[in-house]
Amino acid sequence: MLEVKSLQVSYGAINALDGISLSVKPGAIVTLIGSNGAGKTTTLKAISGLLRTQAGSIAYDGQDITNLPPHQIVKLGISHVPEGRMIFANLTVHENLMMGAYLQKDRHVIHGELELVFATFPRLKERGKQIAGTLSGGEQQMLAIGRALMGKPKFLMLDEPSLGLAPLLVKTIFEKIVEINHQHGITILLVEQNANLAFEISQYGYVLETGRIILQNESKLLRQNPQVRSAYLGA
Amino acid sequence: MSEFFQQLINGLAIGAIYALIALGYTMVYGILRFINFAHGDVFMLGAFAGYFLSPVVNRFLPAQSYAGGAVVLVLAMAICALIGMLIEFLAYRPLRNRPKLTVLITAIGVSLFIEYTCQHDAVFKAAPRKFPELIPFTNWHLGGLVLNTNQVIVFVTTMLLLVALTVVVQKTKVGTAMRAVSFNEQAAALMGVNINRIISFTFGLGSALAAAGGILFAMNYASIDPLMGVQTGLKAFVAAVLGGIGNLPGAALGGLLLGVVETFAGGIPGLSNYRDGIAFGVLILILLFRPAGLLGKLQTEKV
Ligand SMILES: Nc1ncnc2c1ncn2[C@@H]1O[C@H](COP(=O)(O)OP(=O)(O)OP(=O)(O)O)[C@@H](O)[C@H]1O
Ligand SMILES: [Mg+2]
Repeated sequence: MLEVKSLQVSYGAINALDGISLSVKPGAIVTLIGSNGAGKTTTLKAISGLLRTQAGSIAYDGQDITNLPPHQIVKLGISHVPEGRMIFANLTVHENLMMGAYLQKDRHVIHGELELVFATFPRLKERGKQIAGTLSGGEQQMLAIGRALMGKPKFLMLDEPSLGLAPLLVKTIFEKIVEINHQHGITILLVEQNANLAFEISQYGYVLETGRIILQNESKLLRQNPQVRSAYLGA
Repeated sequence: MSEFFQQLINGLAIGAIYALIALGYTMVYGILRFINFAHGDVFMLGAFAGYFLSPVVNRFLPAQSYAGGAVVLVLAMAICALIGMLIEFLAYRPLRNRPKLTVLITAIGVSLFIEYTCQHDAVFKAAPRKFPELIPFTNWHLGGLVLNTNQVIVFVTTMLLLVALTVVVQKTKVGTAMRAVSFNEQAAALMGVNINRIISFTFGLGSALAAAGGILFAMNYASIDPLMGVQTGLKAFVAAVLGGIGNLPGAALGGLLLGVVETFAGGIPGLSNYRDGIAFGVLILILLFRPAGLLGKLQTEKV
């Protein structure tokens, strides 16, 4: 579904990604872990077109999408829930969700998506008229994911959805991610620092360190890898 | 007492014009975080568009008729919307990722370019021209007050445009996208919003309002010239800062308030010579005591 090859991205003189390759199969949950500054966010931003790449290629469903503008990439069915959620704090919850369906013209389809999002996150339905900036952190994360789902994506990228949430809420969010993958058939690329949970729900994983992929394997095997255990699982 | 109300009416009339122009400054600032100093010149171009359109429209519609005046207004707004979008496309878009100071200096350059091109003999010439009377002129006497048709048209047109703008910004898809882009451009791009198109639309909208301001100004002051946008544009900019730059109701309020303050101060003996300086006194006071403006608030983001 997604095929990244020898991707290189730099911020001025700083090389943030030094030729990384990864692939995501349709229907899978794939995780990308790594410590602070490893380049996880940079990877997702390059895929969704927010950052330009210096070298390498990104293909989606066999189509080359390297350096396309973000609005064209969204159109292909790729949705990106950015780090720090980036909800529109000045808009209502409902307006945020409608922004998620920006490219969708058919009212019936929008309405159907809205029902699906409300089924997944009932809390959002109660808060429709509330200004999004006044939602709690957990609700904001639900809104960020719900907003991304409004675009009817086939491929969803999540950047640290557990960031700043209480453990119980993190569990809920991860359950929702699995639900989205199973019930909606959406392929997921999950960036996390919480490696434990990420390996639990994913089938395959990549470990990123200072702009390079240092390890990749099935998640259940990565969990047993001594190097991963000491560096990321606190064992 | 009646003099008080007379001054109030006069002040609100000029204030409404400042408000229309201030909206364009504030909308562009809200999205691109820079002051489009060429905006006052778009106001001037609106007045000139009206000047040249009027005789053309009068071939189809009677001179000094409301229908004719409305057609002139709408056409001038459309022309200036295109000019505003063109300015953005040619001058600002290539600098999108450059430091704001670069863009700001470019804006001053665009402003000077328009002003001096328009003063050229082959263009509008520097000398003032008499603006045609677009609508039938009548003075109305209400008690001790005098209100003329042009003033009434200023109020009616401004009200209609403010309502229309509110509907566009608050209720339509493109308006929601404008607010989303102004809050977080990257997040809006991730929703599939074509940022360039929204920016272009914003320039078009702001420029159309400035053109309306230009026509209304010319109807009331009768004389137009290529530099008429300099002072009025700066005052409208002050109005935008007064209301809280980036805040739409603030721009409208700031414009009305500035018009009233300026008119009343101009009526005070000994102060009348400083009438045009008052706006800048207001600017200094606002920057000292309430830099976010009357309705502006320092935004906080939840992490
Ligand atoms: N806008 C920027 N300008 C310059 N350098 C940047 C910029 N954004 C990121 N970097 C650098 O690029 C590298 C990778 O950053 P990135 O945000 O991708 O890391 P990350 O893996 O997402 O980290 P975290 O877990 O803390 O979110 C870091 O060294 C960072 O300092
Ligand atoms: Mg990150």
